[in-house]
Amino acid sequence: MNAKTGKRKNNRIRLTGWDYAFHSVNYFLYFVFTLLCLYPFYYIIINSLSDGTMVDLGRVLWYPVGFTLSNYRKMLALSNIYTSAVVSVLRTVIGTVCGVFATAYAAYFFSKPNMWRHKLWYRLVIITMYFSAGLIPGYMNIRSLGLLDSFAVYIIPGLISVYNMVLIKTYFESIPAALEESAQIDGAGVLRRFFWVALPLSVPILATITLFTAVGQWNSFTDTLLYITNGKLYTLQYILQMYFRQADILSKQLANGVMDSSIVENMVGSISTASIRLTITVIVTFPIMCVYPFVQRYFLKGIMIGAVKG
Amino acid sequence: MTVSAGAKKKKFDREGFIYFLFIVPVIAYILLFKYKPLTGWYYAFTNYKVGMKSEAVTYVGLKNFANLFINEAYMKQVMQVVLNTLIMAFMSIFLSSPLTVTFAICLNEMNSSRARKLVQTITTLPHFISVVTLYSVVYFMLSNSGFVNTLLLNWGKIDTPINFLATPDHTYLKMWLYGVWKNLGWNAIVYIAAIAGIDQELYEAAMIDGAGRLQRILHITVPGIIPTFFVLLVINIGNLLNTGYEMQYVFQNSMNLKYIQTIDLYVYNQGISEGNIPFATAVGMLKSVIALVLFTTANTLSKTIRGSSVF
Repeated sequence: MNAKTGKRKNNRIRLTGWDYAFHSVNYFLYFVFTLLCLYPFYYIIINSLSDGTMVDLGRVLWYPVGFTLSNYRKMLALSNIYTSAVVSVLRTVIGTVCGVFATAYAAYFFSKPNMWRHKLWYRLVIITMYFSAGLIPGYMNIRSLGLLDSFAVYIIPGLISVYNMVLIKTYFESIPAALEESAQIDGAGVLRRFFWVALPLSVPILATITLFTAVGQWNSFTDTLLYITNGKLYTLQYILQMYFRQADILSKQLANGVMDSSIVENMVGSISTASIRLTITVIVTFPIMCVYPFVQRYFLKGIMIGAVKG
Repeated sequence: MTVSAGAKKKKFDREGFIYFLFIVPVIAYILLFKYKPLTGWYYAFTNYKVGMKSEAVTYVGLKNFANLFINEAYMKQVMQVVLNTLIMAFMSIFLSSPLTVTFAICLNEMNSSRARKLVQTITTLPHFISVVTLYSVVYFMLSNSGFVNTLLLNWGKIDTPINFLATPDHTYLKMWLYGVWKNLGWNAIVYIAAIAGIDQELYEAAMIDGAGRLQRILHITVPGIIPTFFVLLVINIGNLLNTGYEMQYVFQNSMNLKYIQTIDLYVYNQGISEGNIPFATAVGMLKSVIALVLFTTANTLSKTIRGSSVF
């Protein structure tokens, strides 16, 4: 990498006119796309911090107008926000801890080629990456297991990710066998070796998988959509989605002319508050934004591992 | 190491069996959550309705599958849905992949490594937001009262807001663009890694021989990332029909439903929203089977062309 940058610097001395033209266009295009990736977030944040009427008038374009935190206060006053925030955090924490542990557990034992009928069991698991029964049979299965409308549905069905398992297994296999052997000679059993040799030596990959799982858990909303009807178990993502959905339901019903005036009142009350959508969007994105810069290298490492594997 | 071969083998077997015992819960879990759903295909052959008692469910043979071809309304819908899926899939394969490659190559040509890193960090960020947040972002940018319309109105370019969201126009293109915005930076990482793996001496040699920027890209960078490109292409073809339904679900509305409905979303809408479980299962079943065929074909193709299978 150092040699590369060094070479680039040498290169800079003899830039030709074409090079300048190329670099200007190139830098410009990346500048535009980068801005395109960043500005929407900024726009949402400044709107969430601005006076509601200014937002509705479309005055807030470049900086907060009428700076206020009242939007957040209004949003926090909504009765379902606290419970859904708790559900979101709990599912992320519990789902990630249990999921990563279960996946690492499976990966550890599958990294032992001398397991009885290893090939058969491993194939059985791998095939599920490429073939699934489909949405409806999956739903019926969850229903028949009695997981509908339970918190467990956020944790259990996604417990073992086969793809992540393959990544961790590959990592376990790269650990020198001598380390485990010496632990074995010292009298460490299988589980002790898993907990005290394999896991501590695999922190980089486990960190990566943990981050991916946590982001997945936090961002997930289809499981709520499919399996949950009890409002107490809604996640923040789902609540946000609901606030957007309502507008379409309303317009659909207005178009069909089948609208009860009381429903209109009820719904308009929540629709007119763009501020609620704005603030929830900020809350939902905030943890990712905060964590992202620090963990970016893990994410990059993660996809590299995946790339090498693929 | 003085243990005889026979004794060693016996010890190994015992250990292997212990490993097996530990993996039993994992296998049970996989069977319960990945294989047991296959029994749900049974519903495709019944007249099951939501809330029906299990005694009342009767076997109707291939009626639900026949519906696909006989019932004109269903057939029309399914044709449109398949068309939507194929168009979106082909757009993502034949437009996104070259775009991603170009993005990675040009990013690599930037001569400031700090700028490269900054661009990469920021453009990867959208990948990590949820589809609901993606919708939110698009909504606040493009809705009637969104950023773009407000700006255009302020500048006097338009008199009435352009409705980007609740309209059937350009649905494929818009969905593709949202996808590009969210995933371009992320998808490019693989290629950037591939480019970083190219031997730098090749570039130096080419430069001594007087190769220009374009020639270096065409003759060194591009050949260097073709294997990666190919692997991802095969994976994409294998996943052609698996567009998922999350993003489409979030972006669907009564106006764009006709064009936004992919097979996966159609199955969801039919099965879960409308409660037409047998028919939705039948459609899903056909999809699973075709997907498996596609996947095997792609893999075989890769085997014959490149001499190695991807999976």
